[in-house]
Amino acid sequence: MQAQTMSQQKADKVVDARGMACPGPLLEAKRAMASVPIRGVMEVISSDEGTATDVPLWAKKVGHEYLGTVADAGFWRIFVRRMK
Amino acid sequence: MASAALPTVLPHEITTGAEAGSVPATGEPKVEGLSMVVFSGELDKVLAAFIIANGAAAMDLPVHMFFTFWGLNVLRRNGAVHVARKKTTMESMFGAMMPKGVDHLHLSELNMAGLGTRLMKREMAKKHVDTLAHLVKTAQEQGVQLIACTMTMDLMGIRKEELIEGITLGNVASFIDAADRSRISLFI
Repeated sequence: MQAQTMSQQKADKVVDARGMACPGPLLEAKRAMASVPIRGVMEVISSDEGTATDVPLWAKKVGHEYLGTVADAGFWRIFVRRMK
Repeated sequence: MASAALPTVLPHEITTGAEAGSVPATGEPKVEGLSMVVFSGELDKVLAAFIIANGAAAMDLPVHMFFTFWGLNVLRRNGAVHVARKKTTMESMFGAMMPKGVDHLHLSELNMAGLGTRLMKREMAKKHVDTLAHLVKTAQEQGVQLIACTMTMDLMGIRKEELIEGITLGNVASFIDAADRSRISLFI
């Protein structure tokens, strides 16, 4: 997906994990996903650059669809679609 | 099995059926998971162990952590615990000299008689790195299995009642069994 369209992506659930250190954002993402409807979208906001690498890997591993990442000023917005 | 593989599998087809029959049965148990020997009892090493364990659990891997030797101290309760069976002098000495649980571990480097550990904990709090106590709790909530080595317990005179809640007791076979069923195995 294009970066431009990605930044317009709507989310059913936003997890603001800014300021958290590993493994915080990942655990928050996992916890929050339970309250996202199937095929709904979760947005994880993290100020830890490693999260932008890790959340897509987590999504792939547990069977969700990684949609894309938008880099903002000092933080990253990572979008994942719940698949199960 | 004679079932011909489908050329493509759509995501919704994976999630809706949950039919075991659609997966070719090989007779082999699924080998996936993380097993760990936690031998060290130092704050930094044990932190690493629990960060890995929590990450693996978040990625849906079954996780087994086997605590032996100095690592056993991680599972000790803080404060005085009445033990049913009286300890020998040697056992009492071990008990008094070793750290009582997660809040009393020291760094493996730059400890500087405890000063380095205190500074590191302060820095961790400032930078929102989870405390070890919190990581242990989260691991247990995520279903990580914590196994205490009974040989070490016996050797050092540490009794079950001195350990935190939710600990399984086991020996080498417990670890080998978990390791045999996991793709990742670490010694920390």
